Amino acid sequence: MLSRTASSLYWLGRYVERADFIARLVEATVRLDVLSPRPAGEVAWGSALAVIDAADAFKASGANLTQQSVARFLTLDTSHPGSIVSCLDRARNNARAVRTALTRDAWTGINRAWLIFDGRSSPGGATATMNLIEAVKAETRGFEGAIHHMLKNQATWFIRLGQAVERADNTARLLDVKYHILLPAGETVGGVVDRDQWTTILQTVSAVTAYRWLYNDGLQPANVIDLLIARHELPRSLAASADETVELLSQLAKRTGHHGEADRMARARHTRIAKTRSADIIVNGLHQYLEAFIEENAKLHFAIGRQFKFS
Amino acid sequence: MAVGPAFDEIMGTAGSRQPRAALAALGDWLDTTDSAELRRRQQSAEATFRQLGITFAVYGDEDASERIIPFDIVPRVFLKDEWDRLSEGLVQRVEAINLFLDDIYGERKILKEGILPNDLIFGNAQFRPEIAGMRPPHGIWAHICGIDLVRTGPDDFFVLEDNARTPSGVSYMLENREAMLRLCPELFRQFRVAAVDSYPDRLLQTMKSVAPEHTGNNPVCVVLTPGHYNSAYYEHSFLADSMGVELVEAADLIVDDDIVWMRTIAGRVKVDVIYRRIDDDFLDPLVFRPDSALGVRGLIAAYAAGNVAIINAPGNGIADDKAIYSYMPEIVRYYTGADAKLPNVQTFRCREPEALQYTLDHLEELVVKLVDGSGGYGMLVGPTASKDEIANFRAALVAEPQRYIAQPTLALSTVPTLVEQGLAPRHVDFRPFVLTGSKGIQVVPGGLTRVALREGSLVVNSSQGGGTKDSFVLMDNGPSQSQAQS
Repeated sequence: MLSRTASSLYWLGRYVERADFIARLVEATVRLDVLSPRPAGEVAWGSALAVIDAADAFKASGANLTQQSVARFLTLDTSHPGSIVSCLDRARNNARAVRTALTRDAWTGINRAWLIFDGRSSPGGATATMNLIEAVKAETRGFEGAIHHMLKNQATWFIRLGQAVERADNTARLLDVKYHILLPAGETVGGVVDRDQWTTILQTVSAVTAYRWLYNDGLQPANVIDLLIARHELPRSLAASADETVELLSQLAKRTGHHGEADRMARARHTRIAKTRSADIIVNGLHQYLEAFIEENAKLHFAIGRQFKFS
Repeated sequence: MAVGPAFDEIMGTAGSRQPRAALAALGDWLDTTDSAELRRRQQSAEATFRQLGITFAVYGDEDASERIIPFDIVPRVFLKDEWDRLSEGLVQRVEAINLFLDDIYGERKILKEGILPNDLIFGNAQFRPEIAGMRPPHGIWAHICGIDLVRTGPDDFFVLEDNARTPSGVSYMLENREAMLRLCPELFRQFRVAAVDSYPDRLLQTMKSVAPEHTGNNPVCVVLTPGHYNSAYYEHSFLADSMGVELVEAADLIVDDDIVWMRTIAGRVKVDVIYRRIDDDFLDPLVFRPDSALGVRGLIAAYAAGNVAIINAPGNGIADDKAIYSYMPEIVRYYTGADAKLPNVQTFRCREPEALQYTLDHLEELVVKLVDGSGGYGMLVGPTASKDEIANFRAALVAEPQRYIAQPTLALSTVPTLVEQGLAPRHVDFRPFVLTGSKGIQVVPGGLTRVALREGSLVVNSSQGGGTKDSFVLMDNGPSQSQAQS
């Protein structure tokens, strides 16, 4: 496989995953804002921006911190590289560059997701935003389904590798930001808003029901942390992403006959997470743990680029 | 429009209400399928094209970049004997083009014998002196030709243009057929239509057959594209995909010691045959334009060393140049020893004083084209042009006559086409694709029919608002036997 093709496939995976994550983030925030007994309003939208590190960019755009304007910024704003439409645009450009490596289904999946935004200038109110998000999620699910129907070969593995690396980053950021800055002044830990916010985290990673299955214990922050970091069963957990990264890299190594730095880093991370206990993380500082994880994940990303000669 | 009544591919003589005898069933189909139903099917086809991203970019178009070419649901049809005659003419023409290129970049006998004027070659921007003396593997230059044809009567086919560089449109031939099979299956039960879907296989065989001789059994073939912003990118990826070969960009290739390699995740892989969809100018910055970012440094040296086949061969532009075109009857006779089975459209070479004078005197009746123009750019269609346009062209002609040719405005054949008011005749042209490998020449039974969607218009270029149709080549001269019995 051409190095350029591998690079485009990997980025395609990352951007689709990112678009999907932002869609979930917006959805969860709308819920938090609209459905909670006391609207969390500005704080909820502020923390949504913080999760993807876009608070400054939003401020620079000059808009007010309202549902409408943040939702627009995160979904439709073509000048913001972290918006869903920007991610899909870049995903589609990568997909176009490697059309030959994709099936028709995979390509039309991404093209259809992109077409959702064709000529659209406003996300509309809460209901319209939810509909838009639902459409994006449906198309990214369709794309993911198409990926799983492709030949189990390098093309598929590079897309999924991009997805796994991106997913690890997204989950870590979500957990980090929500844990540290979400609670408005005057709210107590364990209060209504606090509980809604933990539920929001679970919703963003589609794990509300999973949580109930695994923990017979009401909503406990320590359990949410355990679920999102250490439980291999949850597809969006750090542990599951680390498993998948190792697995995909070893498939690629088998096919190309080369192991490299990326394999070693991914395996070391995998071994470490397997020994991790959430209680220890909390004692030693969740924020420090997540920050280190995000940094390590970025290093792994660069190692992958070097190993497969992305340029 | 000053053009006389036109032959209709389905209805026969202009204005006829009865279809040609062999196509009675198609006439019935058009009569019994109402326009709303045809329109519904057509829209469904176009929606699919949009979803698949079968698009092309229009250069200079403000609102970026992507359009689909309008698709028309009514096919144009070739009867078997029409097609057989056309094929013979196409094979003869492409054979002559290949021999011409081999001669021009080799011994130049045709110049020595005075059949062509020297300056027509040496003063031509399409002539590549850098290529002179090089010979492609197996001596084949024009592996893929798209020969543009027009028709004015039952037996009157003319060649409008020879495309021996990087002719495009084959993806539309295949996708239009896919759409028709899905949307109008009843037509394929009534007519035995030759299949076009073997094209990618034939192309791959052609590529493999012209690999350098010392290459192993399974030569590595690639398609070279300028990248996904190119207007024909869909076609490039489609072809690579359907042949199962890599679609590469220049940055993926590297020439080392006169051998072409591609960069892969597992290291370098040697490349034997390149179907390039990049113009000569941009192919190799060491030989052609030094500022080309699309090119591969050292590619031509590797080609000269005989280590790689380039399809179509560099330098082919001289064969499809519009000034050379006017000599094509002489060229065909010189190399094949017979008169051209497919005639040219009468052409006035404005470089010649008499022809220039005639052109200036008859601008309102003629089509005037830039010798090196393409895609419908830089042309004057006399009968529909405004006074200003004609005055501008007159000035340009007087200033640089050698840049122009002129042709009479032909009554191009029409095909019923779905327009707002229902079915109406619209002018068409036709581009069949001819493949030449080391084992001979083959004409794929089908091609790209382009249709001018505006009433009376003769301009069918997609960049000028033309559409496309499927092109049926019948395997017999009428409805199929099985249908007749059922």
